[in-house]
Amino acid sequence: MEKSIDEINRRICDGSARVVTADEMPDIVSELGEEGALREVDVVTTGTFGAMCSSGSFLNFGHAEPPIKMERIWLNDVEAYGGLAAVDTYIGATNKSVTQMESYGGAHVIEDFITGKSIELRAQSSGSDCYPRRSITTEIRLEDLNQAIMVNPRNAYQRYDAAVNTSDDTMFTYMGTLLPHCGNVTFSGAGTLNPICNDPNLRLIGSGIPILLGGAQGMVVGEGTQHSSAGNFGTLMTTADMSDMTSDFLRAAYMYRYGPTLYLGVGVPIPVLDLEVVRKTAVRDEELMVSIKDYGVPSRSRPVLRQVSYKELKSGMIELNGEEVRTSSLSSYRRAKLVASTLKRWIEEGQMTLCLPTRPIDPSKQAKPMRETRKVVLVQEIMLRRVVTIKEDQDITEAAKKLLRGETNHLPVLDEQGRLTGVVTTFDVAKAVARPERKVKVLDVMTRNVITTRVDEPIDIAAQKMEHHRISALPVVDAQNQCIAILHASDLGKLFKSGGNKP
Amino acid sequence: MKLLVRLIHDSKPIIAQVVRDTGVLINVDRARSDAHEGEEALVDVPDESCMLVSERMRSLGAEVSILEEGIRHDEDECVDCGACISVCPKEVFSFDDDWKLQVMTKRCILCGRCIQSCPHAALSLNN
Repeated sequence: MEKSIDEINRRICDGSARVVTADEMPDIVSELGEEGALREVDVVTTGTFGAMCSSGSFLNFGHAEPPIKMERIWLNDVEAYGGLAAVDTYIGATNKSVTQMESYGGAHVIEDFITGKSIELRAQSSGSDCYPRRSITTEIRLEDLNQAIMVNPRNAYQRYDAAVNTSDDTMFTYMGTLLPHCGNVTFSGAGTLNPICNDPNLRLIGSGIPILLGGAQGMVVGEGTQHSSAGNFGTLMTTADMSDMTSDFLRAAYMYRYGPTLYLGVGVPIPVLDLEVVRKTAVRDEELMVSIKDYGVPSRSRPVLRQVSYKELKSGMIELNGEEVRTSSLSSYRRAKLVASTLKRWIEEGQMTLCLPTRPIDPSKQAKPMRETRKVVLVQEIMLRRVVTIKEDQDITEAAKKLLRGETNHLPVLDEQGRLTGVVTTFDVAKAVARPERKVKVLDVMTRNVITTRVDEPIDIAAQKMEHHRISALPVVDAQNQCIAILHASDLGKLFKSGGNKP
Repeated sequence: MKLLVRLIHDSKPIIAQVVRDTGVLINVDRARSDAHEGEEALVDVPDESCMLVSERMRSLGAEVSILEEGIRHDEDECVDCGACISVCPKEVFSFDDDWKLQVMTKRCILCGRCIQSCPHAALSLNN
């Protein structure tokens, strides 16, 4: 038995279509069997609600008097793209405000628009005979725009790897707060409700099909950027009119020390045409596996600690290296269910009919990493090889002398074997002098938990270490923990001198 | 009742002294000693002894603020993602059967970790 899309649409129009949400489908198939489920169910609705950084909107402001071709544009001080003539722009969700706290960004501009707030538009132009005006400042609301069309390059990831942090420090990432020493695991995605998880071969999800986006009826444009469905990481490019969106399904967010992002509800209805659709939409959380990746390693290829299912992740606790670790979702499963049930209601009420893709999305595509033609600058290129050090058992006065002579604020401390055991700074020495009671040896005042770098570490990673720990120098150590050089924050300036190694 | 106690540098052992003077057992939820911001302790005392303890602490030179409740949860901003759940050391946050976030403010020790980890600015301190 098979059903046609026309048959399903006829049922939607006369109100007799049976619509279920994707989380209900596994039990329906268990109960009725595949044939029974095919007869019974006409549409399965999916839904996800989470951070979708690669989102944004095209806006058209209408012409000013006298007219301007806007070349640099800010909305509430968040820069929008100025390369589209004359009063068009694209506002991206993750762009940060240039004046406000970094917790306000393009996503907040979008949310403020859809909740009816007034936004300050500022624009500049170099002027031309046809567009003489050089600048404009005005207040606008969503209803004042000719178009506000959300077009999101990459939405609705099929699934997403979970995150953990094996390093010694708390990390603040787009995967949220990651506690040190595998203190927690974070993940994203709705598992069994995820749109592409219910059609992994992309038979029915493709260009032109109707979706829920941010609470509006929208559609799939086609494959999303970085679409990599061969590795189970398919994505969708989506679009809908911002005027129809609501804050139930669209929320601006700020990931601490990462930046702004947009939380969006995306739902895709899947017509139950044949047994293959039944089988795929019967997928359960326990069958959907992702890797747990170590964000403590600052590399594109982060080490994988283990595979884990969405069922385990959603349980709130998983086992990792013999210990129980708590999990946090970054996406909202409650809102994902709201997306799927809203889509279900729309279809039951005949507000949305379905169609087949006008163009398919390639299910075998694999995303490539970036081609890089210039080598990354490494620590060894700007580190200072002539490093002044001190021994653990030397007096503080000796450290003070060395600090003065060496014109440095940091003295790496070595043990008898020449291994790095600490660092003494001018601040440590000053403290010791101010409170001289018992502290006479370097050993007594040095910092033991030293943050270090290696000769072959990319300079950007070393710089991030210094920023994260709010320190201004890193001892450079070799595999035996011998201190062979030092990297000062002030040396980073060498990268920008003319004739130097430009990054 | 929770009290936030700020101590001045080189101060006396105020908490120990108050326990001895009043006979009230004080539970230290969390304490911090910082070179720039001084020393601060969050303590838990029985509700009926709250005024007695805070007055005694003030007379010994500490700044005391009485905290009515734990972390504040703004249900309008919250989207029930659960980012806060795993960062909280006291298991204040959990989901109910409908995946709605539940907040047990009584367990909260106001460490503030969840405030940073909330993507929607839905968690804040009262004062």
